[in-house]
Amino acid sequence: MKIKILVLTVFYLISFLNISHGANPEKVNQISKNLRCLICQGQSVYDSQSDFALSMKILIQNKIDEGKNDEEIYDFLKSKYGEWIVYDPEINKKTVLLWVLPLILFIFGGILILRKVSIS
Amino acid sequence: MVKNIKLIAVVSLVIVSFFILLKGLNKTNNYSPDLNSSKIDFNFKAKFLYSNEETTLYELINDKDFSIVNIWASWCLPCRDEHSFLLNLKSLDKLNIIGINYKDNEINAKKFIKELGNPYSKIVVDPSGVNSIELGAYGVPETFIVDNKTKTILKKYIGPLDDEKLAELKMIIKNEN
Repeated sequence: MKIKILVLTVFYLISFLNISHGANPEKVNQISKNLRCLICQGQSVYDSQSDFALSMKILIQNKIDEGKNDEEIYDFLKSKYGEWIVYDPEINKKTVLLWVLPLILFIFGGILILRKVSIS
Repeated sequence: MVKNIKLIAVVSLVIVSFFILLKGLNKTNNYSPDLNSSKIDFNFKAKFLYSNEETTLYELINDKDFSIVNIWASWCLPCRDEHSFLLNLKSLDKLNIIGINYKDNEINAKKFIKELGNPYSKIVVDPSGVNSIELGAYGVPETFIVDNKTKTILKKYIGPLDDEKLAELKMIIKNEN
């Protein structure tokens, strides 16, 4: 009985270690899809096979292994490469126009259509 | 009259967009973030090219006023072009030139140095390219000027050094003292 428990414990420990240490490519893919490859513009880091992007993927894997969460990894990369590296820009002074402009255009277009409809 | 206004509006719109696009053509499309905030992480570990010992950049940049951190590789052609500029900088005493050998084959890297001369006081290797990312680098060649006292990047050059950049680099080092 004791041996059984011991074997089971060892087995669980090993499988747990494997899970926590093993590569987590899905996570890397998920993060790298949100990152802009800075030397191959128009591609995400995930899509790119450039040296830069390959290193970036290794770095992301390393950070995940260190126990960093998504937010920390994005913040780390933003501090190195600036806001530009993420595909989903935050709302701040520089990007407010980017976020608000489509909304303004939408409302403006709506008003135009309404006026046309009511005139006819 | 209305037709005329429409024509003028369309023509002026075309002219304005033409000039905006023309201006865009002259801009480099390599985006580089503001450097004010970028304090580099000097604590990453790396191995020397000429020995198996491990070190950190922190240890490497400590002895002089300024450091030049240059990312290079033997397979990178522009690195060959800029090598003479690095050799030129070697004569400055306030300066410490550190090479980061990016994703390279050890034999080729040593051959490269043997062939073209060694401007670097220390060379560390970066086989996976991760260390360069930690520095916020884009690839090879890339050069950082680091103020050793404040541990900040004064200037960063993406791409090979040339006469103009070399002159500017020397000015920066002169003025900072």
